[in-house]
Amino acid sequence: MILVPGRSQKQGTSLNKGKLKDEYLEVTTTAELNEQDMRRLKLSNGDKIRLKSDIGQTVVTCISKKEEDLPSGMIFIPYGPSSSQLMGSDTAASGMPMSKHMQVEVTKVKS
Amino acid sequence: MPSELKIVNGRVYDPANDIDGTVKDLCVKDGKIVDSVSKSASRINAHGMVVMPGAIDIHCHIAGPKVNLGRKLMPEDHRLDVHPKTAVTRSGTGGIIPSTFATGYRYATMGYTTAMEAAVPPITARHVLEELDDTPVVDKGFYVLLGNNAFLYKLLKEGRKKEFKEAIAWWVNSVHAYTVKLVNTGSDELWKGRKNANITDVNERIDHYDITPSFVTESFIEAAHELGLPHPPHIHCNNLGHSGNISTTLDTMKAAQGRRAHMAHIQFHSFGGEMNKNPVSGAREIIDYINDHENITTDVGQVMFGKAMAMTADAPLAWMLRNVKIDKWVNADTECESGCGVLPFSYQESIYTHTLQWAMGLELFLMSKDPWRVLLSTDHPNGGSFMNYPKLIRLLMDSAYRREALQHINQKAVAKTVLPELEREYTLNEIAIITRAGPARALGLKNKGHLGVGADADITIYTEDEDREQMFNAPRYVIKDGTIVIKDHEFATDHKGKLLHSKPGYNEDIATEIEPFFEDYYSVKFSNYAISEDYLHEHEEVPTNPKS
Amino acid sequence: MPEAAKPKESKNIRIVKDATCTFCGCVCDDMELTVDLDAHRITKAKRACVLGRAWFYEHTLEDRPVVLIDGKEATLDEGLDEAARILVDAKFPITYGLSDCPCEAQRVAVDIMDTINGNIDTTTSVCHGPSGMAFQGVGESTATLGEIKNRADLVIYWGGNPAESHPRHFTRYAVTPKGMFIPNGKKDRTVVLVDVRKTPSTPVADIFMRVKPGKDFELLWALRALVKGKKISENIEEQTGVSREVLDDLVERMKNCQYGVLFMGMGLTMTRGRHFNSGAIYSLASDLNEFTHFVAKPVRGHGNVTGADNVVSWQTGYPFGVNFNRGYPRFNPGEFTTSDVLARGEADAAMIVASDPASNFPKKAIEHLEKIPVISMDVKETHTTRLSRVRFAVATYGINTGGTVYRMDDVPISLRPAFDSPFPTDQEVLEGIRQRVKKMLSGSKARVAA
Repeated sequence: MILVPGRSQKQGTSLNKGKLKDEYLEVTTTAELNEQDMRRLKLSNGDKIRLKSDIGQTVVTCISKKEEDLPSGMIFIPYGPSSSQLMGSDTAASGMPMSKHMQVEVTKVKS
Repeated sequence: MPSELKIVNGRVYDPANDIDGTVKDLCVKDGKIVDSVSKSASRINAHGMVVMPGAIDIHCHIAGPKVNLGRKLMPEDHRLDVHPKTAVTRSGTGGIIPSTFATGYRYATMGYTTAMEAAVPPITARHVLEELDDTPVVDKGFYVLLGNNAFLYKLLKEGRKKEFKEAIAWWVNSVHAYTVKLVNTGSDELWKGRKNANITDVNERIDHYDITPSFVTESFIEAAHELGLPHPPHIHCNNLGHSGNISTTLDTMKAAQGRRAHMAHIQFHSFGGEMNKNPVSGAREIIDYINDHENITTDVGQVMFGKAMAMTADAPLAWMLRNVKIDKWVNADTECESGCGVLPFSYQESIYTHTLQWAMGLELFLMSKDPWRVLLSTDHPNGGSFMNYPKLIRLLMDSAYRREALQHINQKAVAKTVLPELEREYTLNEIAIITRAGPARALGLKNKGHLGVGADADITIYTEDEDREQMFNAPRYVIKDGTIVIKDHEFATDHKGKLLHSKPGYNEDIATEIEPFFEDYYSVKFSNYAISEDYLHEHEEVPTNPKS
Repeated sequence: MPEAAKPKESKNIRIVKDATCTFCGCVCDDMELTVDLDAHRITKAKRACVLGRAWFYEHTLEDRPVVLIDGKEATLDEGLDEAARILVDAKFPITYGLSDCPCEAQRVAVDIMDTINGNIDTTTSVCHGPSGMAFQGVGESTATLGEIKNRADLVIYWGGNPAESHPRHFTRYAVTPKGMFIPNGKKDRTVVLVDVRKTPSTPVADIFMRVKPGKDFELLWALRALVKGKKISENIEEQTGVSREVLDDLVERMKNCQYGVLFMGMGLTMTRGRHFNSGAIYSLASDLNEFTHFVAKPVRGHGNVTGADNVVSWQTGYPFGVNFNRGYPRFNPGEFTTSDVLARGEADAAMIVASDPASNFPKKAIEHLEKIPVISMDVKETHTTRLSRVRFAVATYGINTGGTVYRMDDVPISLRPAFDSPFPTDQEVLEGIRQRVKKMLSGSKARVAA
């Protein structure tokens, strides 16, 4: 699937409290998938999933979005330490790592 | 006292004090020229050398948002011309738009100690002040763009000349400008509001305001006269670069009605011929008018072959140039205040119009009867870098060199000028006038451009050389405020120059008129717009001479 | 200062009018702050958006040591000495960040790197750095935000979600406000949003175009072709997710508007295509000037990232990713940009000012940052301060300190501090380091051009 990290309002407000505070960490470890993908992967809201890229892996919580809001095959996450774990360092001579649009594998983490 | 200096045996050119190549000594104390110094003063033996006041650039674009856009636009140019640091100076990059540090140092290495940034939208003045503070050695000031200002237009439309004058003074004070600048008056509204249109006639009505560029110009000249600004409105006429623009230029000069006005980069406004056809030289008509009208000062805006950059508040002009050769192009609209265009350019010997412009500039210089009023500039970087000044000086001083140069350029263009017939050679005294004494007088800088007692000790000492380009390219010594900044061609120390600004008096009630306009049409709060004096670094207020 | 309204609880209240919020690149300068001077906190921020309120309310005076060296409390002088020593001892020292401090501090940071032949880069390189590169290639047609407010009748957002990242971009500058030639505000404008997903910004748009992820360039290039009357692929909908009909309609709107604007977000610069995407936007806007008046603008993120671009540009000639190793500035994205110099393991000391690469850089870059001595300046504890050898707790710009900040449209604004802080400012810390570095490198040890 394609992971698109970005800003969210809650990410913005919580980082003012502190990046080491629970709220920010919770925000940046909550990923959005659409309902169809959730069903396909047999996930329900609040499940833990492992995102794995060529670079690394991270475990986050998933929540569902309507299909018209988030297309199938796409995961959105407020950017932060979790998304960094998956990010490649090749900038293709631009200085900019591929920060949105990362290929990741999604697996459910048994609790 | 380390602040005392005596320069002995130099041949001094100080036209403001009628000194034309006399061997005499100069004394410096605490940054000023004085009558005498103590025996312990340090000495420079200037035997065989030429001593002049520090040079003054009356019109250049060296700091602020448009300059920085141009700077950012040209990495390929910077990498070819690095400016390494020394033990005492900062590093930078050169090219057509050098970094701020390189700009200051490079001016100094040509003997320039003052430079005036010619076009600043007031809302960006903080940026300009910060860049000027990072431009070492030279003293500097800037002209604030008010000629397309929406609020001032509103006042003129309402016929409120008194408030118009007060508002101009408010703006000059609020941003710490030196004088006012008008650029392609009336064009902004058409450019932004009528799908990139332009003003073509000084008597055309400006959209929404029911006033003409001619009326706006006249009103500014009148207001500046009454406020007694040290330098009159600095005017970039309409129709820059268009064939036949001499009629526009003449109309604009006539709008001054005998009052002082400075016509910027006049070469670009001296095109004969018909609109939309190939231009011919109109230098004769323009210089004749200037020769006969002592109220007019001008800088030539000479073009030099090679790299340049169009950098102007005249956005329609930049757009016209962009369509000549589609390359990178910058346009930047500033709310209620200005337009702006920036693009790389190069003047080529083989191209008719470029050669014509080069020749027209030289015609203007060589047919000028009053060097005090026809001053040296390249409108850096529009006509070429300020680094071309030594070469330009040689072109003016050396007719053989000029004849040689004429051989290698577009002959069709040369044939449209009288340049081959002009044998005049500028003297060192005249060079000192067009680069020092003249700009100082036009700017109303009483302490600069001369070496009389009380003047700022901004001094350049050149080794005499028949090759005037070489001579003016590398002064042996440059002294700024009494400090030897360049010694034996090398930087001996770093130095910070100061900001020159004027503070015309006005009735502060005008602010209550301006504030509501800001709340409606600006994107910054009125109270955050004016710049407090503590924002300035080293600065000097140049006095005004109000008429009322 | 104007008189404060009578407070209910605290007696020591101050009102700061027309204060500036530096949280995001909107740099709104119309805040009215109520400051409880006894509690050292802002209790009310009138006109602030949700992000601005968090910014103002959460920046209080924390009980932190000013300086920690290897986790142990130290004096400011000890911290400055150690920081200077680290920088002078390094062979490839880097400075990074700078987007959340005023220009006055940024100027000092560049000077330090010039002095020690170091490397300077700002958060621009992982924000709109690609747009900066695109600018170098094609230029841009741009405008201040007040011009958009006064004139823009077609407003297009591409790859951005201002409702969550720049909430007042819509309400103060570009969508709802009334302007000189936009007397009815939003009614006089058409708003278009292009994104890969629906976001809280979507409801603002009259037209929403969903582009397939990573296909922005193809879509932009098709628009350029259509504007110029050229043919485009018949499979455009399959490639990009947007139908030919929708594109034709947009092209007509763009060519026939009075004053159009394309705002671009990091949805373009951080994804496949990077600077090519930004270049395509800039070129599209420039092309459209053959028909009408059109501008394009990156929606910049941090409060003073635009100032950082300006300062680094005027001092060096280049906007970011600048290396002084040879005694003069060199620019090469990919070579001198921070993510790269860290991931390749080249930097041997880092000074991080007001940013947190340890939480948002690629994994490999963070791993290297953990191995080298790091000096950090920040108002809060972050992942970066936590791994730093020398950490300075500093005052918050715009809340405790003044200075100059550039809004995303290059308009400079002076800050009005709300209350004093016992912590030093970024500028003071940097000046302390500069002074020490220059002293250590004076005379024969000066690093001149190679």
